[in-house]
Amino acid sequence: MELWNIFDTEWVPVGAWVESLLQWVVANFRFIFQAIKVPFDIVLTGLEDGLTQAPDLLILALIVLVAWQAGGRRLGLISLACMTAIGLMGAWEESMTTLSIVLTCVVFCSLIGIPLGVIAAKNDRFWMILQPLLDLMQTIPSFVYLVPIVMLFSIGNVSGVIVTFIYALPPVVRLTNLGIRQVRADMVEAARAFGASNRQTLYKVELPLAMPTIMAGVNQTIMMALSMVVVSSMISVTGLGQMVLRGIGRLDMGLATVGGLGIVFLAIVIDRTSQSFGISARDRGHKKWYETGPVGAVRGLMKKG
Amino acid sequence: MSDVQIECRDLWKIYGRRADEAMKAVLAEGLSKEEVRDRYDCVLGVRDATFSVNKGEIFCIMGLSGSGKSTLVRHVNRLIEPTSGEIHVASQRVDTMNESQLRQLRAETIGMVFQHMALWPHRTLGDNVGFGLEVRGVAPEQRREASLKALEAMDLGGWIDHYPDQLSGGMQQRVGLARALAADPEILLMDEPFSALDPLIRRQLQDQFLDLSAHMDKTTLFITHDLDEAIRMGDHIAIMNDGEIVQIGTPEEIVTNPKDDYVAEFVKGISRVGLVRAETIMDRLDGRDATTKQVQLDAELGEIIEHFMEDQTPVTVMSPDGSAAGQITIKSALTALRG
Repeated sequence: MELWNIFDTEWVPVGAWVESLLQWVVANFRFIFQAIKVPFDIVLTGLEDGLTQAPDLLILALIVLVAWQAGGRRLGLISLACMTAIGLMGAWEESMTTLSIVLTCVVFCSLIGIPLGVIAAKNDRFWMILQPLLDLMQTIPSFVYLVPIVMLFSIGNVSGVIVTFIYALPPVVRLTNLGIRQVRADMVEAARAFGASNRQTLYKVELPLAMPTIMAGVNQTIMMALSMVVVSSMISVTGLGQMVLRGIGRLDMGLATVGGLGIVFLAIVIDRTSQSFGISARDRGHKKWYETGPVGAVRGLMKKG
Repeated sequence: MSDVQIECRDLWKIYGRRADEAMKAVLAEGLSKEEVRDRYDCVLGVRDATFSVNKGEIFCIMGLSGSGKSTLVRHVNRLIEPTSGEIHVASQRVDTMNESQLRQLRAETIGMVFQHMALWPHRTLGDNVGFGLEVRGVAPEQRREASLKALEAMDLGGWIDHYPDQLSGGMQQRVGLARALAADPEILLMDEPFSALDPLIRRQLQDQFLDLSAHMDKTTLFITHDLDEAIRMGDHIAIMNDGEIVQIGTPEEIVTNPKDDYVAEFVKGISRVGLVRAETIMDRLDGRDATTKQVQLDAELGEIIEHFMEDQTPVTVMSPDGSAAGQITIKSALTALRG
């Protein structure tokens, strides 16, 4: 051994440690991870069954109506065009699978990320601990944790949701934290001055005022979930990502392009729709959501009738 | 004394992680603000404040920004926790209250108005005004009724279903006032309520508030950085500097008899004409005869000066019983005017 080149030797066998740690966890605690899968599995299966088994045109109409309600007639038309294009390209089934994975991921990211963000905004120490964790989740290449995820959760769509969940959680936590911290101090003080408890202040003042920022976080989470679609197809997650992966594997440019375009169109629809949810009532001219869009139109008709 | 509505005794507020240590040291050694900062890395917010406010009066706390006046007023409903001292509000001791007693006190007994209105933009005016009732669990119909009544008192009844950003600044602060009054509290805390408004609107709102409080029998703690406003609004004024109350008195006492240079500097530019009364500046008669020019004990300086327009002989001050109480020479009138 030469002193000048001491780094030729591996002094700290991190790789081996991780390997044996993982083996040990898999051998002894796999049941815990299998239990974690259950709620993801239930939501994913429900959504996937609903979206793929219902008549295509019914789902198309539903998506267009939701987009119209959220973002007005223009967005409704854009969604109609994008979703029709996906259907005509023959990627409808796959896009529904991808959509259900993304939606499941959003459900869990919101359910877990928004409360985490609220706690982080209230507790500086918690936020200090959470921040490096979120950094880690966002920066560590997702390929690195594909293997342990497969070993702990096995392959398939549910594992895909979990991989995506890890990658897509940080923005909603960060932006919820930011949104709550940015609520004007005197708005919160006024709530307390009129006798509101902490919980009432949170639900009646802080969360509504932080909602545009929180929704921006949810939107970011959705976009990150979509960007994981191709990567997660490596652990045999089905859907549009798998079309792309198969296309690359067989050098089938046509198949890869169809999958890629499908992801783009789906992204446009989901992105615009979720962004529209974030626009506050103030910017919509103080109209309640049910006073506009298709619901507003139906209500108008019912009133006349 | 049953008619004292708000009372603070020996109130201290020290900010910082080592506040308790610093508090002990301050009491034992009488440290200055700078010593507290250097030795304990703490900030002295309020230093030994003692004052009492009688039922029905408007008590102004006047000071420049950073003087601790906003901090002091937030102790009354304990939005800020005192480091030491006692707070009594409406014969209840506030500094020892638990969380739920405190919430009840805030919702029922104390209304508050904020400098930048602090109306919630996502709630209609009705929901803003009815917030205090809402958190107490009052039914929606009653809430709306109370909100409507409070808004109508501010001539804003028609706006109940509109949102704050659809109103001008002056109107928004009237909503702020309506919100403070909706639960019919005994006490109003007003933290520079009119400072953010332009002068004309400010004047209107001051008049409207004076008019309102004249027949409402509420006790008001009114914060301002503007001595003119304090004199216009206040029955009593407390002047604060650097966390300490420098002087407490009626507007006339403050203006005619400032306690130190700091207060004197403030009152220099204040007009004495409508403030100084005959009783304050008159000399004893010392056997001289009463003149034909006569004023009452509470005549204002402006009225006395009127009498010197014709000739410069002294003015006689009459007691309510009709006897002569004293006299004022032109010299003493002009001295009082100069201040």
